Amino acid sequence: MTVDTLPYTTFFKAKKGIMSWLFTLDHKRVALLYLYSIMTFFLVGASLGILMRLELFHPGKDIVEPHTYNQIFTLHGVIMIFLFIIPSIPAVFGNFFLPLLLGTDDVAFPKLNLFSFWLYVIGALFALGTLVLGDGPADTGWTFYAPYSVRTGTNVTMSVVAAFVLGFSSILTGLNFIVTIHRLRTPGMGFNQMPLFAWSLYATSWIQLLATPVIGITLLMIVAERVFGVGLFDPSIGGDPVLYQHMFWIYSHPAVYIMALPAMGIVSEIIPTFAQRTIFGYKAIAYSSMAIAFIGYFVWGHHMFTSGMSGPAAYIFSILTFLVAIPTSIKVFNWLATLYKGSINIETPLLFALAFIFNFLIGGLTGLVNGALAADIHLHDTYFVVGHFHYVMFGGTGFAFFGALHYWFPKIWGKMYNKKVANTAFATLLIGFNILYFPMIILGIMGMPRRYYDYLPEFTFWNQISTVGSWITVSSLIVLIVNLFVAANKGKKAPDNPWDGITLEWQTKSPPPLENFDKMPKIPEGGPYNYPNAKSSS
Amino acid sequence: MYASNFVEGVDFSLYFILAISVFFLVGITAVMIYFLFRYRKKRNPVATNIEGSWTLEIIWTVVPTILVLMMFWYGWVGYRPMLTAPDDAMEIQAVGQMWKWTFNYDNGKSSDTLVIPIDKPIKLNLVSKDVLHSLYIPAFRLKQDVVPGKDFSMWFIGQKLGRYDILCAEYCGQLHSYMLSSVTVVENDEFDKWLAEEQDNSNEHPGLTLMKKNACFSCHTTDGSRLVGPSFKGVVGRSETIIVDDKEETITVDADFIKHKLQNPLSSNVKGFQSGLMPKLPLSDQEISHIIDYVSTIK
Ligand code: HEC
Ligand code: HEM
Ligand SMILES: [Cu+2]
Ligand SMILES: [Cu+2]
Repeated sequence: MTVDTLPYTTFFKAKKGIMSWLFTLDHKRVALLYLYSIMTFFLVGASLGILMRLELFHPGKDIVEPHTYNQIFTLHGVIMIFLFIIPSIPAVFGNFFLPLLLGTDDVAFPKLNLFSFWLYVIGALFALGTLVLGDGPADTGWTFYAPYSVRTGTNVTMSVVAAFVLGFSSILTGLNFIVTIHRLRTPGMGFNQMPLFAWSLYATSWIQLLATPVIGITLLMIVAERVFGVGLFDPSIGGDPVLYQHMFWIYSHPAVYIMALPAMGIVSEIIPTFAQRTIFGYKAIAYSSMAIAFIGYFVWGHHMFTSGMSGPAAYIFSILTFLVAIPTSIKVFNWLATLYKGSINIETPLLFALAFIFNFLIGGLTGLVNGALAADIHLHDTYFVVGHFHYVMFGGTGFAFFGALHYWFPKIWGKMYNKKVANTAFATLLIGFNILYFPMIILGIMGMPRRYYDYLPEFTFWNQISTVGSWITVSSLIVLIVNLFVAANKGKKAPDNPWDGITLEWQTKSPPPLENFDKMPKIPEGGPYNYPNAKSSS
Repeated sequence: MYASNFVEGVDFSLYFILAISVFFLVGITAVMIYFLFRYRKKRNPVATNIEGSWTLEIIWTVVPTILVLMMFWYGWVGYRPMLTAPDDAMEIQAVGQMWKWTFNYDNGKSSDTLVIPIDKPIKLNLVSKDVLHSLYIPAFRLKQDVVPGKDFSMWFIGQKLGRYDILCAEYCGQLHSYMLSSVTVVENDEFDKWLAEEQDNSNEHPGLTLMKKNACFSCHTTDGSRLVGPSFKGVVGRSETIIVDDKEETITVDADFIKHKLQNPLSSNVKGFQSGLMPKLPLSDQEISHIIDYVSTIK
C-alpha cells in the first residue's frame, strides 16, 4: 500500500514541450497522438455522413449537386476506412496497451513506431490536400474502380497516393507488433498465457504485413495509368477492369479482418474483467482469430459475384465465405458463455462490448446473406450492403473502440468519467445507430442501389427514418466525447485498478510511468483471466 | 406468379438466411440479457471460473457448420440457373453508357426502354460504351455488371405483365442515380406489333437523331440550363474560357472547335466543368458535320 502512494512521474509529465510529444519514442504518447488524430478524422467523416443523410432526406436535390455528393461519399469512405477504422484499435490501443499487457516497457521498434505515425500524418495530408489541390476530391467511391477512376478529372491521383502512404503506416505497425509479441513478452509468459487482445493483434498484424502491399501496388498502377497512360485497367487502352477488382479486393477483404479482429480482442478483454471470471474457451477464441485471418485471404471474390464470374469460381468463393462465419460464431458463443456464472459488474465498457456483439451479429448475419450467391445477385451494390458494412465497421469495431476507450480511460489518464453521462450516451448511441442503419437493410431489400444521389419516391419513408437516426447518432457521439474530454481534465482521480482487472496493465499505476512498470508485474497463475477470487468449477 | 423465373430462388435463399438469423439474433440477445441479470454482482457475488468445455465447442462448431452449408446450398441452387441462358432465348443487345440505357433488337429497332414478350426467355447481351454499369431489375431480383471490353450477358423470363424499373447498380459518375429505364412485359401479339412499329425519324434533323443515339443529351441541355456539361443553347459563337494543358485560353466556339472537341474530347476542358467525361465516339466526318449543323440551330 505504501508503495502506491509514493510520488512518481507519469508518462504525461516525464518530458515537457510540444517537441517531446511530436518526436516521442514512448509507445503511450505515440498512441495518444494517434488517438487525437483518429478522433479528429472520425468527426470529419461523421460530418460528411450527416451531409449525405441530409441530402437523402427528400428525393431530388436537398443541399448539394450530384457531383458534390459523389465527392462526399468518396471522401467519407476514404477517411473512415483509411484514416479511422484501419488504424483505430491497433494504432491507439494496440500501441498503448500491447507492451503493458505483455509486461514490457515499449514496442520492439520505438523509432519505427514514430515513423508510422508520421506516415499516417503525411497520408492524411494527401487525403485532405485533394480538397484544395487539383480538380477537387475524387468522385470514384472509396473503391476507385477502373475505368472511371482512370478517366475522371477529379484528383484521384492524390487520393490514391494518400491510401498508398497510409498503407505503409499500417504495414510498419503490423511488423512492429509481430516482433514485439515474439520477442518482448515478460519472462514466463508463453503464447498461451497472452491476453486475447494480444492474440488478436498478432493475427491482425500478419494480415497488415502480407495483404497491404497488394493494395499498394494496385494503387500505384492506377497512378501509372492516369499519369503515363499505361493500359492496365482501362479497356480503351488495352487494360482489364475486372483485374483491378480482383487486385483491390485481395487486399480489401482481408482488410475487413484488420478492422474486425482487434475489436474482437477488445471484447475478449472487457467481458472477463466485468464478469470477474476466466474467459470461456481461451484457446478456441485465440485460434479462431488465426483461422479467420487465414481463411479471410481466400474469399475476396464474394465482392464480384456480378462481375461476370464463372460458375465454379462463384461456387468456391461462396462456400469459403460461409466457412469464415464458423470461427466468428465460435467467438460469439464463447463470449456468451463467459457471462455464465460470472459476478457481473454492469459498467459502460461492458455495455459497449455487449452492444458490439448485438451489432456485429446483425453485421455478420447480413454478411451471410451477401455470401449466398442467389441473394447476393439481388442485394449486391444496394443499400443492404451499406447497412451491412456499417453494422460491422461502426456497430462492431466502432463500438469496440469506444468500449476500449471507456475501459482503459482510467488507466490512461488516471481519472474517472461521469458514468451516468457515459451510460446515457451509450444508450442513445445504440438506439440512434440502429435507427440510422436498419432502414438501409430494408431499402436494400426493396432494391435501392448504393451511391445514389437521388432515389425513386417509394424509397422516401425509410430514407427519412435513417436521416433522423443520423441526428441521434451524432448527438450521442458528441455527448460521449465531451464527457471524456471533461473527465480527462477535471475528472475525479481513479484508482489504479478500478475494474478489478487481472491482466498486467492493471498492476501499474494510472497513468503509467514512462517505463510502464516500477517492479516486474506478476503473471496470474493458471492463465491470463484466472480470477483468484472466483470459485473453481469442478 | 413471380415477376421473373429467378424471384423464387433468390427470395428463398434470402428469407431462409434471414429466418435463421433472426432466430440466432433474438436467442443470443435474450440469453445475454438473462445472464446479465441472473449473474449480476448483487445476485451472484462470487463468480465461478469455468475454463471451457470441448463438448460445447464441438456443438457450436458443428451446428453452425451445418447451417451455413445449407445457406450456401440454397444460394447456389437459386443462382445456378442464372449462369446459362436456354438456346432458344431471344437475344437483345443492351447498351449502357453514361447515364442512359439503349436496347437494340434484331430487326434494327432501338429503344430507350425494354419491351419483352411474356413467358419467353430473353437474353441481354451487355455492352458498355464507357465505364462500368450494372443492369439491375429489382423486381426480377437480377443484376449483372456491364463492363467495357467484356461480352457479358444475362437472361430471364418475364412471367407477369407489367412495367418494372431498370436501375444502374454500379457507380458510374455524376448522374448514376438517374440512369433509369424500365422493362415492360407484354402479351406476345402486342410485342410483335410493337417490334414491327417503324421508328419514324425521317423528318427529324439527322444531327438530332445522331445526338439522341449517342446520348449527348444526358449531359447537355438545349434550353440553356446547366447539366453535366455546358448547354448547347447558343454555343456556337459563344466566347468562353477553356483549359488546355493546364493553361486558360479564351476562345469563341465555332464549327472547327466542336469538330476538334468531338474528335479529341480530352484535349481541352471548358472551365468550371468536370474534365474526363466527354466521351470519344467513333463518328465519321459526315456525322460530325450533321451534328454541328444541328447544334448551330439551337439558339
Ligand atoms: C458523359 C457526359 C457527356 C456526354 C454523353 C457528352 N458530353 Fe459533351 N461535354 C461534357 C462535359 C462535362 C463537357 C465540359 C467539359 C469538357 O470540356 O470536357 C462537355 C463539352 C462539350 C462541348 C464543348 C462545349 C463548349 O461550351 O465549349 C461540346 C461541343 C460537346 N460537349 C458536345 C457533345 C456532343 C455532340 C455529344 C454527343 C455526341 C456530347 N457532347 C456528349 C459531357 C458530355
Ligand atoms: C455518423 C455516422 C455515419 C453516417 C451518417 C454515415 C452515412 C453513410 C452513408 C449514407 C453512406 C452511403 C453513401 C451512398 O452510398 O450514397 C455511407 C457510406 C460509407 N460509409 Fe458511412 N456513415 C457514418 C459512419 C461511418 C463509419 C464509422 C464508417 C467506417 C468505419 C463508415 C464507412 C463508410 C464507407 C466505407 C462507405 C462507402 C463509401 C463508398 O460508397 O465509397 N461510415 N456512409
Ligand atoms: Cu469481403
Ligand atoms: Cu451507374
